Amino acid sequence: MTAEAISESRARSDFWDGVRLSMPVVVASAPFAILFGAIAVDNGFSVLEAFLMSALIFGGASQMVGIELFGQHVAPWLIVLSIFAVNFRHVLYSAGIGRRMAHWPLLQQALGYFILTDPQYAVAEARAASGRSVGFVWYLGLGLPVYVFWVAESALGAVFGKMIPDTHALGIDFLLPIYFLGLVLGFRKRPLWLPVVVASAAASIIAYKTVGSPWHVSIGAIAGVLLAVILPPHHSGVGKRT
Amino acid sequence: MSTTFWIILAGAVATYLTRVGGHLVISRFETVHPRVEAGLNAVPAAVLTTLVAPAALGAGPAEWAALIVTALVSLRGGLMAMFLGGAAVLIVARQFVG
Repeated sequence: MTAEAISESRARSDFWDGVRLSMPVVVASAPFAILFGAIAVDNGFSVLEAFLMSALIFGGASQMVGIELFGQHVAPWLIVLSIFAVNFRHVLYSAGIGRRMAHWPLLQQALGYFILTDPQYAVAEARAASGRSVGFVWYLGLGLPVYVFWVAESALGAVFGKMIPDTHALGIDFLLPIYFLGLVLGFRKRPLWLPVVVASAAASIIAYKTVGSPWHVSIGAIAGVLLAVILPPHHSGVGKRT
Repeated sequence: MSTTFWIILAGAVATYLTRVGGHLVISRFETVHPRVEAGLNAVPAAVLTTLVAPAALGAGPAEWAALIVTALVSLRGGLMAMFLGGAAVLIVARQFVG
């Protein structure tokens, strides 16, 4: 094989490696995409608008909140601010994952940040933690199926929204917490994992009961991150190299 | 263009700013302080926990059973096994406790 053929076949296997890892995300997010489309139309969106919102924002929870507020005829600027608030946690993902993507060409980075969702971040970060490099092709393999299915299923939900059976009996409202718990546990070998999880859980629950949703996400996350910053570096395992 | 369209567009811009913003801020610094690095390493567990904890607290026995099984499977299995195990328990438990 020529060097080109070898690198091409490696890129292909990297891509499919990413696609394989995207499958649980595709399965877990499918009900929400369909549900989003259905609710969007129910709240006065057209099918095209539901499709556009999924294609341009690509953030499930923020889209749900946006639709809900739109249905309640809240002022447009407040809807946009709420979408921003729900998505604010991505600032942390962005700061964290930037280290892994810094060697990509600029355009690839710009696209990479566009598809930076919760699972995308967590799975990419887990790959980096296992010592493998996060390449663009692998990252795209992970994110592209999620994006394509998300957008297509949103449109599908908007068209066929009224036909969804009993969503509660199928448990689809609780699929994402289960998936996210799996991701949290996947990071359990990291230094400070338990104190961070306890701090974030406590802070997010308190914030949820007092300040309310969606701010509990950012407040809880900042509590856990601050704890890791405040604790002496020899506990967090990063000061060894200096 | 309709108001709805502008809401979607502004929401998209706001969302993209959150996705690219953290990197743009951090990349202005030449070196990353060990404490900042420790903080960044804590991000995934910290954020994802906030998506689980309040939801778990407000849930019932069926959801708790699903989460416990998810945690147990995670000790041995991969992410997909964990997810399917938890989801299966949830669907079965919901048939009994609603």
